[in-house]
Amino acid sequence: MTAKTILSRPVYGTLSPQPGKHHLFIADAEGAAAILDMANSAPAGFFADAHIMFVPGATGTKYVEPLKKLQPAQFYEGPSIASALPRLRQTLATAHMGLRVYLSGTEGLIGQAMQAALEAGIDHTSIQTEQRGSLARRVQCVHCKGITENVTTQPATCSHCGLLLLVRDHYSRRIAAFQGVCINAEDPTENPPKEEIFR
Amino acid sequence: MGINFRKETFRDDFTFRNSPEHIRRFPFPFHEDAYMYAVNIEPHVPGPKGSVLEHGIDVDEHYVSEMHDRALVLAEDPLRCQSLPHMTLAGWDLLELLMTSKAESYPEHFTLNRDGDKWHWINRPLGIDDRFTFGDVSTLPYGPMEYITRQSQGDFCILDQRDGNLWMDAGIVTTQADWSLDFDIGMNFFEWHAPVPLAHEKGIFTRALKFLTNIQQGAPARRLNWTMTINPRLDTSPENYHKWGTDRATVTPENVGQKVHLRVELQSFWRLPRSNALVFPIRCYLIKMDELVTSPKWARRFHRVLRDLPTELADYKGLSRYRPTVLEWLSQYDDGAATSPGFGPD
Repeated sequence: MTAKTILSRPVYGTLSPQPGKHHLFIADAEGAAAILDMANSAPAGFFADAHIMFVPGATGTKYVEPLKKLQPAQFYEGPSIASALPRLRQTLATAHMGLRVYLSGTEGLIGQAMQAALEAGIDHTSIQTEQRGSLARRVQCVHCKGITENVTTQPATCSHCGLLLLVRDHYSRRIAAFQGVCINAEDPTENPPKEEIFR
Repeated sequence: MGINFRKETFRDDFTFRNSPEHIRRFPFPFHEDAYMYAVNIEPHVPGPKGSVLEHGIDVDEHYVSEMHDRALVLAEDPLRCQSLPHMTLAGWDLLELLMTSKAESYPEHFTLNRDGDKWHWINRPLGIDDRFTFGDVSTLPYGPMEYITRQSQGDFCILDQRDGNLWMDAGIVTTQADWSLDFDIGMNFFEWHAPVPLAHEKGIFTRALKFLTNIQQGAPARRLNWTMTINPRLDTSPENYHKWGTDRATVTPENVGQKVHLRVELQSFWRLPRSNALVFPIRCYLIKMDELVTSPKWARRFHRVLRDLPTELADYKGLSRYRPTVLEWLSQYDDGAATSPGFGPD
């Protein structure tokens, strides 16, 4: 579970079936389990109007067949979040009124899919989210603006400019990232040890 | 009598300083010997002649040099000025507000002639003489917000109002106290204030939002905020923190007077007529410790405020590293005598 810290930090809920004409699910890794859990309480025929986009990551084939058994109208399996985004943007761009969006899995997946949905004009409060699996963060370096994926340590090294960054809880939905700020800017000789805290 | 604009710098050799008249008009932000967050918002009505509140939009001796510094920041980092697509109308509203205010308050420096939507703007201190069509972005060299705020001291945030909240959807931010417009753009009032300690728990932002969303056209409001800056650097952005952060480790008992500055933000809030957006100018005033202590009252009071500031606030404002050195220096100006109520220098 993610802890509530500051008001810009997203909070996630539990997926539940929403009234709607079409249902778009985007999940990665353990996020599949959130869809399967929700399916237990979904009305009969719910997935007949559903499109599931799934990025298995380290879970391999574990969740692929169980998701297919839900018999969604469309099922997509992709090798990475980045590879899934063009399809997601196209799906959102051609969507009609009555589409409901469900996001589950890592914060990186939820954040990037949310970003695509916001750009398509969907209100973030109408989107169902559930965090499962890794708490690794996407971090934007406030200095060089580069985004470092899968940050698990505090502090963390920017993969673009190399500065040592304090990973803040301050979060931008528009950028889909937490903010990283140089941790030793006042005394560059300070070199605080990295701790593995975002797992 | 016109303003005598100083030629000075806010980087490298840091030649910024205040004239004696400008020290006297400094907006000292403490009305008592202690400081804690409060919803210290009041109507932005004209203040005493010569004060920073005399006019709705203050122009002072640092104007020309501050505008030069802003141009340098924008050339280095254009992301300091951003406007989401739905905010262009609010940009025109802001252009109108700033041009009419400047032309009315400082006719010797600024002139605005309007014939329908054909406008003629003359800015003498910056040597600008432009004719354009109000509402037609192709007739200006920049978008309307950027055009006029390259000619106006202070940062500007334009807040869209919807869903009972305010959204940071446009702004120009080159003199900020350590926050990033690029990161915060698109956030609502609670989200962009999320990192501020203590104030959420006190209900400050809930009450402030209620007040701000009710601001009416023609009835602006204002508040003061403060922090401290080492060297008179305007661009204390997080973007460049890794370049200026080391300044904070350079304070010694010998250089406090010249190096350490109290930084006051005069924030005002104006409803814009066409867009119904709120514009939030954040005007920064700097004063050196040597200049501040020319008022014995300010010296005593600032010593006490800084001494008693809660640790969380000192950390958030980035003062912790040099606070002890500054306190020691200020203590020589605090004989323990009582201070008079109010902001003024006595």
